[in-house]
Amino acid sequence: MTRSLAFLCGVLGLAVLVCLPLVLTPHQLHVAFQILLFGYLTYCWNILGGFAGQPSFGHALFMAVGAYTSTVLLLNFGVSPWIGMIAGAMLAGLLGLFIGYLSFRYGIRGTYFGLVTVAFTEIARIVALNVPAIGGALGLYIPIQSNSFWQLKFVDKTAYYYVAVVFLLLVLAVTAWLERSPTGHKLVAIRENEDAARALGVDVIRYKLFATALSASMTALGGTLYAHYVTFIDPNSLLNLNMALEITIYSIVGGVGTLFVPLIGAAFLLPLADAVRSALGQSYAGIHLVVYGAVLMAVILYLPEGLFGLIRALRTAREPSNAARGTTAAAVKEVAP
Amino acid sequence: MTELVLQALVTGVLLGGIYSLICVGLTLTFGVMRIINFAHGEFLMVAMYGTYFFVKAFNTEAYLAVIVVLPGLFLLGIIVFQLFVRPVLGADQLNQMLLLVGLSLVFENGALALFSPDTRSVQSALTFAKLEIGDVIIGLPKLIAFAVSVIITLSLYWLLRSTELGRQIRAAASDRDAAALMGINVNRVNMLAFGIGIGCLGIAGPVTMPIFYVVPNIGTFFILIAFVVVVLGGIGNFIGALCASFIVAITESLGAIFMPGSTAPVLPFIFFVLVLLFKPEGLFGMRAQ
Repeated sequence: MTRSLAFLCGVLGLAVLVCLPLVLTPHQLHVAFQILLFGYLTYCWNILGGFAGQPSFGHALFMAVGAYTSTVLLLNFGVSPWIGMIAGAMLAGLLGLFIGYLSFRYGIRGTYFGLVTVAFTEIARIVALNVPAIGGALGLYIPIQSNSFWQLKFVDKTAYYYVAVVFLLLVLAVTAWLERSPTGHKLVAIRENEDAARALGVDVIRYKLFATALSASMTALGGTLYAHYVTFIDPNSLLNLNMALEITIYSIVGGVGTLFVPLIGAAFLLPLADAVRSALGQSYAGIHLVVYGAVLMAVILYLPEGLFGLIRALRTAREPSNAARGTTAAAVKEVAP
Repeated sequence: MTELVLQALVTGVLLGGIYSLICVGLTLTFGVMRIINFAHGEFLMVAMYGTYFFVKAFNTEAYLAVIVVLPGLFLLGIIVFQLFVRPVLGADQLNQMLLLVGLSLVFENGALALFSPDTRSVQSALTFAKLEIGDVIIGLPKLIAFAVSVIITLSLYWLLRSTELGRQIRAAASDRDAAALMGINVNRVNMLAFGIGIGCLGIAGPVTMPIFYVVPNIGTFFILIAFVVVVLGGIGNFIGALCASFIVAITESLGAIFMPGSTAPVLPFIFFVLVLLFKPEGLFGMRAQ
């Protein structure tokens, strides 16, 4: 794809995103918002789990820090959520640094790092349940009576959709920057072989901490948006292992790849979950997670590169000339030396 | 105050025994296959529901359920291994773990759909039986669970150290290819190790059912504790996991005296973080990896 073609696709995609609310029913808009928000969170997760190869299962914690910080500031001091979300992002960044520092210093990395983040989420859940000042087990409500941009309160859910579009553009920009910058390359080097990266002079812990803090802060921004969209937060639904796993699952099911890949998982699974829920009714709570679990297992067993890998494989199959050329080139290369 | 502390210590030791029974299976699968079984807690949930329905169907003691639940869980372990785990043995560790995350989601939320979120418990003739030693009261079901747990943990240790199968399991654990070259059927050994690891829960289910109630997400509670235990004990380290089980449980029960409200369950995790902070070389002198 040439540069101008990619640009054109981007502009077209953006135009579609902007026009979509005109044709969607309220329920479809709700699903679309979820795709955007969880797509956004997937990109945030991907900074740490994808680029740096440190899969966190505790991103619900950073979401909760964003949600609680802005909500508590709003309810108690009338602070605008736009400022509250920055405060939440800074707190989440610091928390990410703390968790990262503890783990990376201990030599915990990869999947074990994931386990440590789970432990921290559980600590936060139990503490949040026992602190009445932040709602305890009852949680916090955000009352919405009128539209106010400054208060991030909108009676019409379409407004949240557009905020989510802006969030998504922001995280796409960060991801595009990481893909091109030396920082991103160093993170990938750490993921591929940490010892080799260290031997080449990469300050491994510093870069991993950077990825953790960036990922955590941006996740917290998403947490604030989530809180204002659902207007209710409580420890058991937010600081929940399943919430964190959902974000991971979108990323894995979508596949590891270039800029637009992390969106595929959310865009596939969320409508699927919605369809299953409306087919089976509300009597089966959690049925969408059965679907997520089964899809996750199927992807790992049969499509280790995720849905993106499948799309790519189908495209190669449809262009036999290209594939043949590739094979010839490979054969030539093999014969050459 | 001293009686309170003494009572908490005893409760902690008893609870530690139960934790160790749940964690040894996890350590075993990890030690042999380097697989972190995220669905371990859900297998326990299955064992507990199995016990519950056995008791309801035959109107007997929970302990008797072991004759059905133990072989059932062993078989379930072997089926899961053959269908799902064996194909990913060569994959990277995150994918292996995520496969089991997927399985745990299917189990947990499948149970939620089938059995509703209601808590279920069984009454045993022994539920309220207790021993009184001085001021310390020991519930008989807890004592039984403790005794069974310690016996199983030590038998597993013996199995690994002193039997032919144990030698084969250890050989496959230290070098899969070399073991295969020595004529060990590595696939069979892995399958049995996985089956035994899950089978332990087939005993844990019936012995814990008279003490705890079962809900579909009970696995999450136990798996979190189990991860703390396994990481503290040194991943794959058998005796380390046993010691860590006791430390975690005693921390939890002692904390219940001094901590306000229902914050005591946070202590094992806080303890975990403190160890990471102040003893980064690991609790038993070895690093996590």
